[in-house]
Amino acid sequence: MRGGTIAAPAPASIEARSWGWRHGGRRAPAVSGLDLRVEPGERVLLLGASGAGKSTLLHGLAGVLGGDDEGESLGELTIDGRRPSAVRGRSGLVLQDPDSQIVMARVGDDVAFGLENLGVPADEIWARVGAALDAVGLALPLDHSTAALSGGQRQRLALAGVLAMRPGLILLDEPTANLDPDGVHEVRDAVARIADETGATLVVIEHRVSVWLPVVDRVVVLGQGGLIADGRPDDVLVEQAAPLRAAGVWLPSDVPWRADPSTARGSEPLMTAHRLDVARVPGVPVQRGIDLRVDSGCITAITGPNGAGKSTLALTMAGLLRPEGGRLEPGAPMAGARGTEPWRWRSRDLLTRIGTVFQHPEHQFLTGSVLAELEVGPRALKMSPAERRERIEPLLSSLRLEALTAANPFTLSGGEKRRLSVGTVLVTRPRMLVLDEPTFGQDANTWRELARLITDLRDEGVGIIAVTHDDTFIDAVADSRFGLALAGGAALTDAPVRGRSNGGGVSA
Amino acid sequence: MSIAAVRPDLPLASINPVAKVAATIPLSIGLILTLDPVSAGVAILCELILFTAVGLGPLLWSPRTLPVWIAAPLTGISMVLYGEPSGTTYWQFGLIEVSDGSIAIGLATMTRVIAIALPAVVLFLTIDPTDFADGLAQTLRLPARFVLGALAALRLVGSSIDDWRNLALARRARGVADLGVVRRSLGQAFALLVLAIRRGGTLATAMESRGFGAPVQRTWARTATFGAPEWCVIAVGCLIAVVSVSAAILTGSWNLVWS
Repeated sequence: MRGGTIAAPAPASIEARSWGWRHGGRRAPAVSGLDLRVEPGERVLLLGASGAGKSTLLHGLAGVLGGDDEGESLGELTIDGRRPSAVRGRSGLVLQDPDSQIVMARVGDDVAFGLENLGVPADEIWARVGAALDAVGLALPLDHSTAALSGGQRQRLALAGVLAMRPGLILLDEPTANLDPDGVHEVRDAVARIADETGATLVVIEHRVSVWLPVVDRVVVLGQGGLIADGRPDDVLVEQAAPLRAAGVWLPSDVPWRADPSTARGSEPLMTAHRLDVARVPGVPVQRGIDLRVDSGCITAITGPNGAGKSTLALTMAGLLRPEGGRLEPGAPMAGARGTEPWRWRSRDLLTRIGTVFQHPEHQFLTGSVLAELEVGPRALKMSPAERRERIEPLLSSLRLEALTAANPFTLSGGEKRRLSVGTVLVTRPRMLVLDEPTFGQDANTWRELARLITDLRDEGVGIIAVTHDDTFIDAVADSRFGLALAGGAALTDAPVRGRSNGGGVSA
Repeated sequence: MSIAAVRPDLPLASINPVAKVAATIPLSIGLILTLDPVSAGVAILCELILFTAVGLGPLLWSPRTLPVWIAAPLTGISMVLYGEPSGTTYWQFGLIEVSDGSIAIGLATMTRVIAIALPAVVLFLTIDPTDFADGLAQTLRLPARFVLGALAALRLVGSSIDDWRNLALARRARGVADLGVVRRSLGQAFALLVLAIRRGGTLATAMESRGFGAPVQRTWARTATFGAPEWCVIAVGCLIAVVSVSAAILTGSWNLVWS
């Protein structure tokens, strides 16, 4: 321990009276007519479909929605009876993206940042920094580089930064959506401990309800016209099960879904790695001597801790990165491309052979509309307009994107972005599909759609590699699991997840 | 990513960066006033001795100073070829005229570039961006909002480098990487900009939610000191400037650029 404890601030109360907010430039308000009262010390799980205004409410409480030039505020929203922007430091906000909320290069400085802004005297700052880091369980030197932290550590650092400010209200906007299972529990446990120690009021938005149920004592469900439900977690989750499920919330009572076995006829090797060394940056291999085969009609999950080189392996198998050593052997269905080394193939040759869905859909968007985005591949293959239409129309309906053809891909919701990024790859009908964390940050609806889509492709004989941390997803769809250990150790497992004949469900 | 790394474990790393920047100014002014090989040559000699003495020798000869050693002869050569001719002419080809005068100018230019750029590069490598921001805001009293905003933006450079790599891979996967390099890079640069703006927006929200820009007098957890060591560094910088300029005047090679 670094000494010092977190002084318990008085917990804050929240009151919304027919509150609403309309973002500048939007016709419809993000939130309207909201009436809500949260008593000091309550711990609230905020649920609702995407677009119900959960984040807007949280940002409003944090006082970061901006002034009149950024949007229009209706009704009244107060913390302890005062406007949120007038009580800076009473609330602290942790956001979803672990990469974009660290301000400083050193761990200690990052926690100190908020205290400096609030004008806390320098000699008091470091004691509070130490206590906050202890409280979130980050036992690191103060000058440790923030760039070297894992996702879970980053989120705990963000939490420490908030905690050091001694807020009476802690606001968490999907703090664990982008984390691996270990990270999720690290952060959840840290939040639970802090809530117990400080007694602060807590409002958390999260789709994975079961993770947060042990921490919260009240569930509030937001809908388009204000509150849909409000009450004790058990009551709300049972009474509102159907609308919550429709809104993409993961209900604890939902049995994990499991795909039927493959109906693909026969299987042949699509890509075989022989003693493959892989590197993201040339000359710096992250894994050596990998043997792995991708067969048509099979789904292989690549798993392992952060930094083990899972994505690097997948992108190398996808013909995007040059192998550092060893050999990649394309199977017979891949014939017709120039040469036998996938990384030398023309970009256009990849389209019909290997499709890659990146972890962040934003990285692969190229155009200003959903329709144009889907046309990129077919155009590169010089398909006629009629052929393009024939390919794109069924995809639009199966991905539920028909109503959005003119929308800018960057303005879509997380789930829509993911579906579009998968669509852009499927439109050229590749024989092999490489997916990097396809279910990261997705709600239950998109998750199920992805799982169905992937198993349908498998049944059509597409060979699939999925890099994933999501054990539920692996249980649901994968035929085999390929585990990578951290660099150096080639302690790999290549064990079948389940027998092909087993189509029954599994317990949670 | 090294650009946002924590404080480098190097000599002089703990000196207030403002002092290091200030120390290079007198020499730069002196060397810009005159165009002769003596002043710059003496300055380079002093720099090599000094940096080696304080333990920065390895950095002096590391690949990170290579750009200086490459760029300086190139500028020198261009002056040899195109500089104002005088004295004996050795070679002439179109606009190119190599003469005694242009060779002297070339030599003076090359040594100048080295004498000014070398300490700048070496000293900058010992600077931690956070310390620099502290120095700018506390020692020079530049607006904290501006300085800290720039510092936070610097942290996004590492993410942007990763983004750039992923964008390149994604373009190849999408079948559009067979285009010319120029067209591809332009599109990719635009995409990078879009991503950077989005990241910046999130970071701004995170900073604001932690009281950044609140109407309170900001305090500083790290105190930027400016004491004897800092004055000492500046004095050494002045001393090198004085020695170099004096050497040029005493040897009669002092040559004001506008004379």
